[in-house]
Amino acid sequence: MSQKKPEKLIDENDVRLDGRKLNEMRPIKIEVGVLGNADGSAYIEQGKNKILAAVYGPKEVHPKHLALPDRAVLRCRYHMAPFSVEERKSPAPSRRELELSKVIRECLEPSIFTEYYPRTSIDLFIEVLQADGGTRCAGITVASVALADAGIPMRDLVNACAAGKVEGRLVLDLTDVEDKGGEADMPLAYMPSANAITLLQMDGMLTGEEFEQVVNLALDGCKQIGQIQKEALRSKYVVAKEAETEKEEAEAGEK
Amino acid sequence: MPVFYERKQLVTPGDLLAENDYLAGENTHKENGRIYATRVGLVNYEDKRVFVVALKSFYVPMVEDTVIGKVVEVTLGGWVVDIRAPYLAMLRASDALERPFKPQKDDLPSLFDAGDMLIAKIVAYDRTRDPLLTVLERGLGKITRGQIIEITPTKIPRVIGKQGSMISMLKQETGCQITIGQNGRILISGKSPEDERLAVMAIRKIEQEAHTTGLTDRVTEMLKKEKGEKEVVKNVTEET
Repeated sequence: MSQKKPEKLIDENDVRLDGRKLNEMRPIKIEVGVLGNADGSAYIEQGKNKILAAVYGPKEVHPKHLALPDRAVLRCRYHMAPFSVEERKSPAPSRRELELSKVIRECLEPSIFTEYYPRTSIDLFIEVLQADGGTRCAGITVASVALADAGIPMRDLVNACAAGKVEGRLVLDLTDVEDKGGEADMPLAYMPSANAITLLQMDGMLTGEEFEQVVNLALDGCKQIGQIQKEALRSKYVVAKEAETEKEEAEAGEK
Repeated sequence: MPVFYERKQLVTPGDLLAENDYLAGENTHKENGRIYATRVGLVNYEDKRVFVVALKSFYVPMVEDTVIGKVVEVTLGGWVVDIRAPYLAMLRASDALERPFKPQKDDLPSLFDAGDMLIAKIVAYDRTRDPLLTVLERGLGKITRGQIIEITPTKIPRVIGKQGSMISMLKQETGCQITIGQNGRILISGKSPEDERLAVMAIRKIEQEAHTTGLTDRVTEMLKKEKGEKEVVKNVTEET
């Protein structure tokens, strides 16, 4: 996370600063159900990113006038901890955080059956503990897992991943330094079963052809993330199940 | 190829479960002839119906359900009750008094006050209005003793068992009175704290291993063993 800008972000062998290939993602680890008091929760580590997500609800809306008669309201707060970046960030929600809260809400809402529980609210909190580029994507990924953990009926898990252009090369999953030193960054969120993109943002410049390639690159990343999300949700229950079958096998062996 | 998973396999939201001829059951949805899971759970196929038994969920009110609720507010004409559902339930004074309610004479807080736990039945509910409760039936009303534990509502059928096999075994083995609220709250009242502790332990085990088979036998075994140990300890202390 050092802010000294290195001379080259990609060396002559197509290897990036952290040793990754151009189309390689950072290592991802997702844990499910890490918080006891929330109805659903999850935690993600994607490279140096560390993000917690918590879900409450569906429950009655406070203040009451915000309730919708035909569906649940999804309320989302994306927040960065003061210690999540190099220089202390004010804990008050910034313009950027408000905007991200809005786009994250809008990209997750199509995945939830909000019409099943009218007049209620689903509250989602995304807390960035450590940031290193691509936190909105990691935030969406982990929030979707937390929603599934809360037992909220969903059409699909939302996978999110960024791709962009750095020093003329198209790369997947940009870090903070690559984002700042690169030419373009494009976060994308994807619902696989509907084959629908629910978030598409970009800053920087790309040609039409490059744009298409970057979209496909990000979609590939999303598909990998989808697998990791499913694995994380399953592993929460498989542990108990495996212990049980092992025990049964041991008992059968004794007999 | 219309089916994509084996029975009892763990699925996550968005997993494609079946195609075409199948009917979408609980925790699934159908779009363009394809059936997808909407919750984390175990998939099951029954004739032409596909459904998912959710592993974690919240309570959705159903008419005729017995629930255990907590009074959160006393209003002019009744009570507001938290039943662990997305909606707060209403208990009107006339559904608790067995006679017409006279605001001048009847003192509602003396009947049920905020913080009291109630066993109640849902008499009316649809998604446009809050659930309505009654306590005017046998076995309903304020809870005065015992302890309440909370589990995920999807696991309630497991605590009851096939034709009540699990719950009757629990009552017999622990000697406790057990009242199950469909909203995932369970009231246990026994003769001694020790009996209650045993029942709580058994229910926690059921909750943890709800998705495994042969559970009733294992819980019985565990209870017998626990009780056996207690007996031994008792005998030893008596002897000395």
